[in-house]
Amino acid sequence: MQPEGRGAAVSVSQIDVRAAITQAHYEEWARLVATLTRRFGDLDMAEEAAAEAFATAVERWPADGVPPNPGAWLTTTASRKAVDRIRRERKRHGKQREAQLLDDDDPPEPLGAIDDDRLRLIFTCCHPALAMETRVALTLRMVGGLTVAEIARAFLVQEATMGRRITRAKDKIRAARIPYRVPSADDLPARVSGVLAVLFLVFNEGYLATGPDSEPVRHDLTAEAIRLTRLVRALLPEDGEVAGLLAMMLLIEARRTARFSASGELITLDEQDRGAWHTVLIAEGHRLVRERLAAGVAPGRYQILAAINAVHTSARDIRDTDWSQVLALYDQLVRIDPSPIVALNRAIAVAELDGPEVALAAVGSLEDKLAGYHLYHSTRADLLRRLGRSQESRAAYDKAIELAGNTAETAYLTRRRSQLG
Amino acid sequence: MQYLVSVIYDKADLATADEMAAIDVFNEGLQAEGHWVFAGGLAAPSTATVIDNRGGGEAIFTDGPFVESKEYLAGFWIMEAADLDVALKLAAQGSKACSRKVEVRPFL
Repeated sequence: MQPEGRGAAVSVSQIDVRAAITQAHYEEWARLVATLTRRFGDLDMAEEAAAEAFATAVERWPADGVPPNPGAWLTTTASRKAVDRIRRERKRHGKQREAQLLDDDDPPEPLGAIDDDRLRLIFTCCHPALAMETRVALTLRMVGGLTVAEIARAFLVQEATMGRRITRAKDKIRAARIPYRVPSADDLPARVSGVLAVLFLVFNEGYLATGPDSEPVRHDLTAEAIRLTRLVRALLPEDGEVAGLLAMMLLIEARRTARFSASGELITLDEQDRGAWHTVLIAEGHRLVRERLAAGVAPGRYQILAAINAVHTSARDIRDTDWSQVLALYDQLVRIDPSPIVALNRAIAVAELDGPEVALAAVGSLEDKLAGYHLYHSTRADLLRRLGRSQESRAAYDKAIELAGNTAETAYLTRRRSQLG
Repeated sequence: MQYLVSVIYDKADLATADEMAAIDVFNEGLQAEGHWVFAGGLAAPSTATVIDNRGGGEAIFTDGPFVESKEYLAGFWIMEAADLDVALKLAAQGSKACSRKVEVRPFL
């Protein structure tokens, strides 16, 4: 019989190997796909070779041990897999396809160049010639390393549908020759904002998950969005909007656990237990906002949104909130983003400064554009409630509940409606 | 790498003199920069004839376009471009010059 201690040691080491593979996947996937894509000029081949390398690690590391440099091991293994595949295809097709690639024995690139590869990968996945939902899916697969099944689940579509969407995108990138390149300085601001829109969409889907059977918050998606934004920030440290988006995400994420009651109901900002906020994330978010203020460059929309969140997270109590600062920031935001949703949020600050009556008039003017948006109706419902106009408030809550897609929001709105006199 | 840039339009009128002048300037630019392969405007879809000679017998001729739609192919460019980013930029200039929507599609 084997001594108990030994058996335990074996299983602990197996757990260690599994953890090492998980960690390598988390840290190395994007770098691996990016490097392989540059070397072999094909996203599909890079993805498959990277996946094969991890499958080989799962097979070999428990027996051989975790290699001292997992990233280098994975790159070497994946490159061999890709070369094998090219050889097989060449044999099958009997032609000299991409023969020069087999002779690429360049020494590994210095770190800077590898970072550039990941940036190239991100810009390719977020290319404007691809549909927005495709950019999101491709970024999560190629840069985030999520499986097709995970992405399909996150966006409530069938795995086969998501698989086809990703395959079509890879085909288009290859056939239309979407370049694997960091855009030129002229194009960079527009292309970066395209990347940020993708990351923001991933974050939002996590933050306010839709669907009747969905969890109210998909922490996996908010965490992935933050991780990818951190990566983009590391690659583009001078870009103020990247810093702004990251700060905004951190300051929203910091309030995640305080946003829901034990029964799964949404808790709005005014009722949240501020002691439950995540102080480390708030400190990091505030630091980024201060950094951008110090830069003295006119802020873009993400930086302004981050600053608004910084004002909220600076107040120990809702009554301490500097609403005039919030309103000033919304005024600034309206100038660069005159969308009705920004105007709606601005009206909420107006209600705190000038009273619900003034705010209600501002909200009312948005009806044409926002009649299908649940937050338009819930904002109106709240203002009407504060004005003692219960009947109208109830009708507005009814409409908001009908339109809301998030289970926690529906629960909150239903309770609020039932509290009307 | 070559791309087909199709001009999509939904009205019967032809390009105006101003549009023709802008297209000429754009075409000269394409030639000077080495992007030019071929370009042309097409007569109305109603002038089309469809031919089907798959049957092995006599070819069948049908009057009119193969697909009736509101939007139709009004003309096209074939351009040489290093990649899609270059093609998209050229296509955006082309759309402005002829003041019509265009579609970019790569050749195999």
